[in-house]
Amino acid sequence: MSKPKVGFNWLASCGGCEEAIIDLNEKILDVVAAVDIVFWPCAMDFKKDDVRAMADGEMDVCFVNGAIRTSEEEEMAHLMRQKSKILIAFGSCSHMGGIPGMGNFFSKDSILKNSYQESPSTINLDGTFPQMETITPLGEVELPEFLEYVRTLNQVVDVDYYLPGCPPPVRLITEALGAILENKLPPKGTVLAPDKALCDECPRKETKPDKMEIAEFKRPYQIIVDSEKCLLGQGLMCLGPVTRAGCEGVCTKANMPCTGCQGPTSRVQDYGAKALSGFASILTSMEEKDVEAVLDSIVDPNGTFYRYSLPSSMMFKSLGA
Amino acid sequence: MSRRIVIDPITRLEGHGKIDIFLNNEGGVDHAYFQVPELRGFEKFAQGRPVEDMPQITSRICGVCPMAHHMAATKALDKVFSVDPPPAAKKIREMVYDIFTIEDHALHFYFLGGPDFVVGPSAPKAERNILGVLGKVGLEVGKKVIGLRKEMRDLMVLLGGKAIHPVLGLPGGVSRGISKEEQQRFIQSAKNAVEFGQFSLQVFNDIVLKNSQYVEWIVSDAYTHKTYYMGLVDQNKKVNFYEGTLRVVKPDGKEFLNFPTDKYLDHVAEHVEPWSYIKFCYLKDIGWKGFEDGADSGVYAVAPLARLNASEGMATPLAQEAYEQMYSTLGGKPVHHTLANHWARLIELLYAAERMQELANDQEITDPNYRVIPTATPNEGIGVVEAPRGTLFHHYKTDEKGRVTMANLIVATQNNAARIAMSVDKSAKGLIKNGQVDDGILNMIEMAFRAYDPCHGCATHALPGQMPLLVRVLDAERNVVRELKKN
Repeated sequence: MSKPKVGFNWLASCGGCEEAIIDLNEKILDVVAAVDIVFWPCAMDFKKDDVRAMADGEMDVCFVNGAIRTSEEEEMAHLMRQKSKILIAFGSCSHMGGIPGMGNFFSKDSILKNSYQESPSTINLDGTFPQMETITPLGEVELPEFLEYVRTLNQVVDVDYYLPGCPPPVRLITEALGAILENKLPPKGTVLAPDKALCDECPRKETKPDKMEIAEFKRPYQIIVDSEKCLLGQGLMCLGPVTRAGCEGVCTKANMPCTGCQGPTSRVQDYGAKALSGFASILTSMEEKDVEAVLDSIVDPNGTFYRYSLPSSMMFKSLGA
Repeated sequence: MSRRIVIDPITRLEGHGKIDIFLNNEGGVDHAYFQVPELRGFEKFAQGRPVEDMPQITSRICGVCPMAHHMAATKALDKVFSVDPPPAAKKIREMVYDIFTIEDHALHFYFLGGPDFVVGPSAPKAERNILGVLGKVGLEVGKKVIGLRKEMRDLMVLLGGKAIHPVLGLPGGVSRGISKEEQQRFIQSAKNAVEFGQFSLQVFNDIVLKNSQYVEWIVSDAYTHKTYYMGLVDQNKKVNFYEGTLRVVKPDGKEFLNFPTDKYLDHVAEHVEPWSYIKFCYLKDIGWKGFEDGADSGVYAVAPLARLNASEGMATPLAQEAYEQMYSTLGGKPVHHTLANHWARLIELLYAAERMQELANDQEITDPNYRVIPTATPNEGIGVVEAPRGTLFHHYKTDEKGRVTMANLIVATQNNAARIAMSVDKSAKGLIKNGQVDDGILNMIEMAFRAYDPCHGCATHALPGQMPLLVRVLDAERNVVRELKKN
C-alpha cells in the first residue's frame, strides 16, 4: 500500500504550529518514513499549483493552522478541504480564532487607521493604503481582500478533528499521528486532547485549596510567586479550572498562570462565559461592593477570558458572522 | 504581449509571500514585485490589554522567533514600570536569548535556507528541503542537527515553560531562577553549542566556499545591494543581541549614526506602498527616496550581515576569528552580497554559543534574587533587541492601571522590506534572460529573499480592515495621470 499523503498549511498564524511539528525532533524522521508530505510551504517547495493539480481527496490528511482573515486564506481553506479526506484544525487559531482573533474587538476602520496613519513611526502624508488592485504600467498587481472578521476554520469549511493549544503540545501531535496511521481515530468532531480540566494534570494540584476563595486578583508582576503552590490559591488569575488539559501545565511549571490556550472541555458552550461564571463562584463575598472591588482587580476581562476564543464565542457568533 | 510569472506561495520562510514577475517582449524582466499578502492586527488589539501580558501576546506575532518578541516586550516593561532588574535576571534573559538565537540560526541554515546550497538551487523541488539535506550530509549529521536543536529548546522550556511562546518575562525580572544543579546543564550544553557552531562553519566552508559556482553567485551583481546597515552594538561597538545602542553605517562602511534605542522615532520611519501589506522602513535622517541603492537613499538593511557590517567585530574570540576570515575572503568591510547573510548567520551562531558559555559559567546567574517588584505607576517604555532576522522595536504607552493605550512595533523584516523587494527584483532581472524560466531559476530568485530569513508572520502583525479602493493610472514614466477612489 502506498504511504498516506499528508499536507500542512498555515493561514493567519504565527508559524508556532509549524515549529511544534519540527519539535517532534527525531520522531519527525519516523513521520517522514511513514507518510509522504505533499505540501508544507514553511519547509518544502511545493506551490499552490501543485495542490490544485491534485485529485479531490488525494491528501489523506491535512493539518491546517491559523485563523481566516483574508480572501486568500478562505480560498486556501476550501482548497485544502477539497483535496483532503481528513481535515484537522491545528492549534488555537484554527480551532477558536486564537490570539489574532482579538482583532474582532475592533472595527476594521480603526485597525486600518492605526496601522497606516496613526502609528508614530509611519509617515504617510498622501494617505496611501494597500490596495486589492494596483495598476502599474506593466499590469495589475493584486492583494487579497480583508474580510469582515477573523474566523475559525470550521466557520469556513467542514472540519473533521481539532488539535488544541497554542501551539498544540508535541505529545498530542504524536498521539494524533499515531491514531491516524493506525486508523484509530475517534468520532468526527472530536478535540484530540484529554476531556478534563488542566488542574487535573497540573503539578501544583495537591496544593489547590479545598475551598477556593478569592478576595482580589493579583497580577503576576505584583507578587513573588510561590513556586510550589496552586497559583489560583495565591490569587493569580489562573485559567486552569476552565481549560482543557493536555499541555501538562507547561506555564504553571514555569511559575506563570494558565491563560487558556487549549480552550474548553466538551461540556462547555462558551469558554469566556464559563470562565467568568466560574470565577464569580469563588469570590469570598457576595456583597455588591466587594464583588465590584474584585472585578476591578481584573483590569481586562474581555481580553482575559476571550484571549484565544473570541471568534468562536457565542457573542461573536450572535453577530451572524 | 508581455508575460507574467507568479511564484505563489514563496516557500521555506516564515509566513506568506508572493512574487509577481513581469516579463517584457524581449523576454527580460521589467519588474518583479515581492508582495506580502496578509496582515493581522496586534498593535490595535493590544490596546486595552494589561501591559504585563504583552510578552505573551506579542510572542504570538511569530512562533518562529517568539523569544525575540517576548524579550523586546519584557525589556519595554522594565521601562514602562521604571524598574531595573537584578543582575541575575538580566543574565538569565540574555542567556536564554542566546540559546534561542543558536537554535533559530541553526533552523534557518539546515531547514530553510541551507537546502539551496546543500542540495543545490536547481535540485528537484521535492528534495530542496531538510530531507534532501539529510540525504546529502548523512543521517548522523542530521541527527546531530536535530539533537542540538532539541537540546537548546529543552533549555528554553526549562526556563520559559515553552520554547514556542515562552512565559518567563516580567517587568523587573524573570518568573523563575536557575539552581546550581541546573547551571551545570547549561554549562554542558553551552560547550556542545560552541562545538556545533564550529562544526556548522566547517560545513559552510566545505559545501559552499569550496564550490566555485556558489562563491560566484555570492559575489555576483544579481545578489548585491549597497545600502546602509543597522545593528545593536555594545560600548565597544561589538555585536550584541540583547542590549546596546543602535549603530548605522553608510554604504561605504563609515559610521553614520549611533543612538540610544529609545530615540528610534528620530531615526526610523515607515513608508506605505499600495501593492503590499508590509510597510517599508527607511532612515528618517535621509528620507524615503524609493527602492534605490546608495548613500542618497534611506534604505537600510538589518539581520546577520547587516549586524556584522554595522559593528566593529564580535565580542568572543572564536566568532571574531570567523568574522575576520569572512571579511578577508570577501574583500573587506562592508560586504554588500546578500547571500553572505548565510555565512554571517553561522558566525553569529558561534558568537551566541560562546556568549551562552560565558553566562552559564557566571556564578551570579544562580543568584536567587531574580525579581524586583515594580512600585511606580506604569507609563511608557521602549524595548529593543536584535531578533535573528534583525532589529526589533516594541514601544508601549499605558493608562495608570497599566492597560495598553498605544503599541508600536517595528519588526526585523519591516526594516529589511525595501532591500528584500529590491533584491528579488534585481535577482529576477539578473537571472531571467530571453524568457527562459525553469523551476531552478525561480528558486534562485527565491534565494534572494531567503538569505534574509524573512519573517512575514512578524511583518504582518499589523492589520488593515476594509480596503478603501484606490486605482492609480500611471503613464510610461510612472507619473500618476488619474486617480479613482472609493471610500
